[in-house]
Amino acid sequence: MFSNYMANAWISGTIVAALAGAVGFFVVLRGASFPAHAIPNGAFAGAAGATLVGVNPLFGLVSFAVLAALGIGATSRRTRNDVATALSLVLMLALGAAFLTLSSVYEPAINALLFGEILGVSASEILPVFALGVLCLAALVLLFRPLVFTSVAPELAEARGLNATLIETIFLVVLALSTALTVPVVGALLTFSLMIGPPAAARLLSSRPGRAIALSVALALVTVWLSIAGSYTFNLPIGFFVGSIGAVLFLGARLWGARFARPQQRVVA
Amino acid sequence: MFDWLIEPGLFANHSVDNALAVGAVVAVVSAVVGIFTVLRGQSFAGHALTDVATAGGAGAFLAGVAPLAGFIGGGVVGAAAMDVIGVQRVKGRDIATGVVLGAAMGLAALFLYLSATHSSATGTTQLILFGSIFTVQSSTLPEVFVLSVAVLVVVAIIGRPLLLSSVSTELAFAKGVRLRAVGFVFMVVLAVSVGLSAIVIGSILSTALLIGPPASALKVVGRFGVGVAVAMALGVGATVLGVVLAYDSFYWFPSHRGLPVSFFVVVVVVVEFGVASVLQRWRHARTPTKPRVANAGDPIGWH
Repeated sequence: MFSNYMANAWISGTIVAALAGAVGFFVVLRGASFPAHAIPNGAFAGAAGATLVGVNPLFGLVSFAVLAALGIGATSRRTRNDVATALSLVLMLALGAAFLTLSSVYEPAINALLFGEILGVSASEILPVFALGVLCLAALVLLFRPLVFTSVAPELAEARGLNATLIETIFLVVLALSTALTVPVVGALLTFSLMIGPPAAARLLSSRPGRAIALSVALALVTVWLSIAGSYTFNLPIGFFVGSIGAVLFLGARLWGARFARPQQRVVA
Repeated sequence: MFDWLIEPGLFANHSVDNALAVGAVVAVVSAVVGIFTVLRGQSFAGHALTDVATAGGAGAFLAGVAPLAGFIGGGVVGAAAMDVIGVQRVKGRDIATGVVLGAAMGLAALFLYLSATHSSATGTTQLILFGSIFTVQSSTLPEVFVLSVAVLVVVAIIGRPLLLSSVSTELAFAKGVRLRAVGFVFMVVLAVSVGLSAIVIGSILSTALLIGPPASALKVVGRFGVGVAVAMALGVGATVLGVVLAYDSFYWFPSHRGLPVSFFVVVVVVVEFGVASVLQRWRHARTPTKPRVANAGDPIGWH
């Protein structure tokens, strides 16, 4: 399990988990699960398009993910956010389907992009993943205060002169970049699970932002490490482990919260 | 006369006939269910349920059960799980949907992997992910039709309280609408409708027809009944045009490799939405004081 050819899997998995845990905290805080699901899928279309024209798939991933983020940001000013996201998502998926028809990519290659192929990460891919990951984390550190402020008290932030739309768009671009890194490792579909399960559990366990982010990163790391180990041991797709461990963590946190936390006031929606 | 648009032999083709009939039925059901989905701000749940239904379909494929049962069953179980976790509360809705979606995709990964190892069926992944309107078996058509009618009947029964609770929860609560029950029934209806369209036309088109035409209609029409009719027309129009263009596209490239139907239908849906947005902005500029329901800021509460 810890032999040489697994080293890349452990390294890239760790980078991706740390990043997804941190970005995911803001995804959960801002209620941006739908964009977090839509952008990786758009990125998948980009990777398919890149193979069609013979460019490095990472380039296709990054450019489509950023385009998707900007598109969602721009449309949602005039339309309900979830509608804008849904339409961007189907447009990108349809493009992906068209690219795939034209380029006749071998099916396992598609499966790898969708469900992840952590063993397929090569040493040359780790450096760009690491560099982009550090860049995204730096952006999150810089944006920490305005991001929390506009999420928790949007009206107050607006009154203080913070441009909520600009911050939202920057956040979506950071989300897009980190997504593009995560897709080749855990796949388009499960990038999302990693950004929701551990952070949602962390949010339930702690209401203080700093502690919740640390907890979220820790839970994401545990999820990825257990998933790599499970995938290696049982020879099953890593996506299965990421998805189910994420859900188990969330349920565990819910039960823990119901058992030990102060009863919260129920709001009739 | 229309040879430039409709290739000769289009309507003599059996699979095209099937595709058009099924596509039209699904487009109508999606328009009706979709208009409530858009009003309630549940696009994410509407999309997520296609993936949850797909996981059910993959499981059914593996277990050798009828795929339709897998799609519908998976969707209904997913909808119930979202409801239990908290899709009813606006704050928790996004997370509830996300957690169920994440778990379902993990299961889909497992099922697809197992069926790829244990059987020689190729193309299953793509078929399940993207669907194909041209592969609908005519034997499943009666079931699709019956379930579609059932969905429409249930929507007709809960229509009034559902609309009231979608537009204003306070008003509905004051009028004695049982919000929780109505919300749950709607989630089940959404799951059945989405599962149906996911198996027939694929998950991309399922979301496209559920959200696109209703959102476009709500942008340009003020009255609810007219909005439903316009959404139906836009959905059926996009489906028919998409099928025709996909059939044509077979002759566009020298390699004789047609582009997928889903691509064309989505392009038409997005163009419709773009035109509706322009129309709305144009009207808005002429009557600046009149607020419109579909775009009145953030009534359901995204943030």
